[in-house]
Amino acid sequence: MQTLDTLALGQSATIKEFTDDFLSLKFIEMGCLPGEKIKLSNIAPFGDPIAIEVSGYVLSLRKQEAATIVVKLNPENTIESCAI
Amino acid sequence: MSPVPSNLSHISVALVGNPNSGKSTLFNSMTGLHQKTGNYAGVTVDKHYGSYKHKNQEFKVTDLPGTYSLYPKSLDEEVACRALLSVDEKIDVVVIVADASNLKRHLLLATQLIDLKMSCVLALNMIDEAAKNNTVIYYEELEKLIDIPVIPINSRSKDGIQELKEAITRAKISDTVFYNFEKQKQLFPQIDSYQTLIQLALDKKKEQPHAIKEFELNDNLHRFSKINYMVAKCIKQPEKLNKNLTQKLDTFFTHKVFGFAFFFLVLFVIFQFIFYVAEYPMTWIEEGFAYLMNTVAVSLPKGKLSDLLVNGVLAGISGIVVFVPQIALLFFFIAILEDTGYMARASFILDKVMRKFGLNGKSVIPMISSVACAVPSIMSTRTITNWKDRMITILVTPLISCSARLPVYTLLISMMFARDKSTGILNYQGLVLMGIYLLGFGAALFAALILKKVLKTTEKSYFIMELPVYRKPQWQTVAMLVFDKVKVFLFDAGKIILAISIVLWFLTSHSPGDAFEKLESNAVAINLSEADLNAQKLEASYAGILGKKMEPVIKPLGFDWKIGIALITSFAAREVFVGTMATIYSSGDSENTETLREKLIAEKNFETQLPAYSSAVCWSLMIFYVFAMQCMSTLATTYRETKHWKWPAIQLVFMTGLAYLSSLLVYNILN
Repeated sequence: MQTLDTLALGQSATIKEFTDDFLSLKFIEMGCLPGEKIKLSNIAPFGDPIAIEVSGYVLSLRKQEAATIVVKLNPENTIESCAI
Repeated sequence: MSPVPSNLSHISVALVGNPNSGKSTLFNSMTGLHQKTGNYAGVTVDKHYGSYKHKNQEFKVTDLPGTYSLYPKSLDEEVACRALLSVDEKIDVVVIVADASNLKRHLLLATQLIDLKMSCVLALNMIDEAAKNNTVIYYEELEKLIDIPVIPINSRSKDGIQELKEAITRAKISDTVFYNFEKQKQLFPQIDSYQTLIQLALDKKKEQPHAIKEFELNDNLHRFSKINYMVAKCIKQPEKLNKNLTQKLDTFFTHKVFGFAFFFLVLFVIFQFIFYVAEYPMTWIEEGFAYLMNTVAVSLPKGKLSDLLVNGVLAGISGIVVFVPQIALLFFFIAILEDTGYMARASFILDKVMRKFGLNGKSVIPMISSVACAVPSIMSTRTITNWKDRMITILVTPLISCSARLPVYTLLISMMFARDKSTGILNYQGLVLMGIYLLGFGAALFAALILKKVLKTTEKSYFIMELPVYRKPQWQTVAMLVFDKVKVFLFDAGKIILAISIVLWFLTSHSPGDAFEKLESNAVAINLSEADLNAQKLEASYAGILGKKMEPVIKPLGFDWKIGIALITSFAAREVFVGTMATIYSSGDSENTETLREKLIAEKNFETQLPAYSSAVCWSLMIFYVFAMQCMSTLATTYRETKHWKWPAIQLVFMTGLAYLSSLLVYNILN
């Protein structure tokens, strides 16, 4: 089970499910739906928080919050991460 | 079908949308200068309302706090939600403001509002952004699906505002339903509409947290499945989004070297402006009021009334207006930082450090600004959306040494080193001053750590925040915010400050019985100088009596009744300490501290005949001013910003208590 906080910069993944009730409500309102594609687009200088691209905009969140989002790496990653 | 009644004296319109939907800019564009700031009963959230005329019909517009959905997660969101359900202040038309460049997410709230069965219009804002992204929106198609008027607008360039005003007159209750009524009815048999369902979710949150959460989650997922269908039909969006500029700027602004360098540059510029540049207009204001007070004093017949008017009221107003330059300048910068989208990046890079202290990335600007003055700083904590983080910032900010403490520090430090002639390579005076400032910062961070543990909140803390695209600042929005903040300070905090300054004026200018008259006739008899007479009068005044009564309490700190008087008067503003000491020691002009310093150094303790201002006393006094809440304007502003006397009371007790204990410790160690 991979969670969002473990992604490397530039990696993309698909949201599978959430492990925190309260935060899942918030995430869904922010457009982070199961099945939605996301990409880790930025990491703050001290390693936390992180920023993801989701449904056409950029969302920032703390690592501990990202750890409640279960994701599945996208197959195109191998190509993209090579490019980086 | 037009459900908007046209026979009303006015039609009330509410603007509802996500934060960052450009709602406030739209509000400014619609109402122009016809707007006011009030507040919602019992909460700290500001209420912005205004009006405009369209075809001889009066429209009253309320800009509701931004919310992501009708299932509130913060105080702001709850206020918006309750305002929509309010029966007392009925809303006739809801203008749903959505970001066209990010429509899918913004449609969630739109579908909830439509389900409320209120007359709605959908304003699709930021169509310029959408066009830049090569996003094509089929408005007619969308209009058909959601069954309310859809108006493309650009609140910044004001395109489409007239069309929107026209559409508001034909707002309609949609026939489309997005929620699953049958399913919810099974779960909550008492409901008969979405409105009652929302009300139930709001009220029963504590009793049935699980059931409500379950409902909110399923309802939103259900909505998104419908939204996905609509988006597929109405929007053509390229797979890769064209957000190159924002991406490039982000690489710079969140860079571990350049990002911080830029942030410190921003802080430096803000600091320069509110510390040095603001001094010019502040001097003009003070000189202007001094001239006015002089003119009034001369032209009115001498007496109690003219004294009240000049030294009570006018001096009080002067003490309020003098804050305007700092407030205006700080909010000028904050508005630009917010409007351009930079503020979100600043909190992004600072969050990890500030989190440790129970603070927020957005606490940094208020805290640095309070080196100039705590008043605008406390006002600027509005940008912190999390209640607990905001309260901690408000409570600890006044511990940071502000510019009003500087004259006190300067006087005391110069006295401490006047006896000590040893000057090495290092300038001790500068070093001590720096240490004192660091002590203030340290105390603020330490207090934040403690408050983080102590303060209880039901609001869950999270940092899930949109990083909006960078945009050019909108000067009208900036000007409106500055204007609004200055107005709120002058009238809300101002009246409290005025009341306290009149009390202080009374204490220093009145005495029990005819003590003043006796002193005056005596002064004429023995040809006493005016400065000496003033010193005697201050001693005989209520403030003097209070100072003497206070002496037993402050004696353990090394303070005498003379310092006691100065502590009372400098509650108006810390720098008044110097002026009061100058009056007590009849050293004349408070601008010229040289004579005052000489007199203070020469002062002997009444009992011991040793110098009264030993370095132990000076240190004790200085430490007292580092920590003590000696500022009525800060208290008034805290009250205005928290809407509760509890918070300024806590500030007063905890800061002055800390000051007392620290001074007690310092005095006893050094003595």
